[in-house]
Amino acid sequence: MSFLADSLLSAVHLLWSLDPDLYTVIFVSLKVSLTSTLLASLLGIPAAFFVVFKEFRGKRAAMTILNTLMALPTVVIGLLVYAFLSRRGLLGSLNLLYTQTAMVIGQVILIFPIATSLTIAAIARVDRRYRMTALTLGATPVQAAVVVFREARFAVVAAVIAAFGRVISEVGISMMLGGNAKGYTRTMTTAMALEYDKGEFVLGVALGLVLLFLSFSVNVFFHYLQGRSRA
Amino acid sequence: MSMRRYIAFSLFLVFASPAWAAGGVVLKMATTTSTENSGLLDVLIPAFTEETGIRVKVFAKGTGAALRDGMDGNVDVVFVHARKREERFVAEGYGAYRLGVMHNDFVILGPGRDPAGIKGMSQAALAFRKIAETRSHFVSRGDDSGTHTKEQALWRASGVHLSRKTTEIFRKGKKRTLTFLYPGGLGRWYLSIGQGMGKVLTFAEEKQAYTFSDRGTYLKFRYGRRQGLDLGILCQGDPVLYNPYGIIPLNPKRFPHVAFRQADRLARWLVSPHAQRLIAGYRIAGRQAFFPDALGNER
Repeated sequence: MSFLADSLLSAVHLLWSLDPDLYTVIFVSLKVSLTSTLLASLLGIPAAFFVVFKEFRGKRAAMTILNTLMALPTVVIGLLVYAFLSRRGLLGSLNLLYTQTAMVIGQVILIFPIATSLTIAAIARVDRRYRMTALTLGATPVQAAVVVFREARFAVVAAVIAAFGRVISEVGISMMLGGNAKGYTRTMTTAMALEYDKGEFVLGVALGLVLLFLSFSVNVFFHYLQGRSRA
Repeated sequence: MSMRRYIAFSLFLVFASPAWAAGGVVLKMATTTSTENSGLLDVLIPAFTEETGIRVKVFAKGTGAALRDGMDGNVDVVFVHARKREERFVAEGYGAYRLGVMHNDFVILGPGRDPAGIKGMSQAALAFRKIAETRSHFVSRGDDSGTHTKEQALWRASGVHLSRKTTEIFRKGKKRTLTFLYPGGLGRWYLSIGQGMGKVLTFAEEKQAYTFSDRGTYLKFRYGRRQGLDLGILCQGDPVLYNPYGIIPLNPKRFPHVAFRQADRLARWLVSPHAQRLIAGYRIAGRQAFFPDALGNER
């Protein structure tokens, strides 16, 4: 038990004493994860509307593929992107491997299917008559989509939260594409993996507690947004 | 089936499953990634199993984690390369004894264009100094491993101004500090990536950076794979780069549950003439990587 107490004490102390290493790690984690969540949402939410409201061949197949991709392991994405960005790879000349950009690329691939699939589920639940009514009243398709979006926003925000939860807790992509360079691409999860490798469990668990606290804060914030969107 | 029975049955399955896989004692050995990556264990362990019937499971980590596994009694024997820490490990009662098995050496690697101009230098500390002065990319293990320990010692010897970072954590309710020594430029030219030797080599290759490696892993990555490294050895042969490996069975007085008899057997086997000859004869792409230290002392 003293082990857990030590970890908790260390976590509080690290946060309280403004340990510069810890804040760098948190900053990198948040920067990369929020960027990829934002990008994936910007791509995924319109994609979801497209899939739901456009009739096209292979629509069912597209949805099945999206659902399958939700189970894509991070190491597979890591390997694929690595193969492209590596010095001997197709995009090797861009020198992107082991940068924050590479991490964002991998993470967007990871959560685009999640953001899209969950948004599809969210807007498919909205009563069809909202859209029909808007269209009958002379709304353009985009305006009609906005009406549907407003009805579904609660569930869409939930989709974004799920996507964020996936990237902030992810370790495979960050490790393979970011490379865990201290002060540059080291995130909370890769730092934890490292402390485990070093045998410094107390610091590892302390970081885990900070991560939990951080996700909690982000969720409280999103919850607040949801609450407002409901009113 | 009642609920309680169902739960009991499930738990039985969970706890019984490792037992099916085992069948007899399997020796657990914690070792360093450099030992594992070099491929030497793939020769030694099967030979040991054939001779004694004892099977060995290998867990490859940094030296810090391998010793930690030993301190926690998670393994039966540790095989690492950080002599001072190993001696402390035995002195503090975690290990029963230490036997010197072999050594290899460290080398400084770098890209062909050699921006710091260290090619052919014989003094490792001076080479490090030039790398720091030219702010050339340098990839460090940064994982508290034996190789990282050695690298930090070289930075200290290089005379470069070193920065120190300390992190305060609590252990058994008492404040303790962890220190991390580096020559500046963290995240810019000095890249501390906290990963195993193989990952550090590929990272350095990708960034065309300098790095510090044991010779065995380097040879394996340079010549042992279809897609080898471009990085070359730019500095070698300095006596400070000597890297001895020791094997330590866990102390059965402190850890009564460990398979001491088997661990003892493995340790003594590794210093036997047969194993020592295997070590001396091991070649990576035609090059000797390890040098036996116990040959001749036996008789």
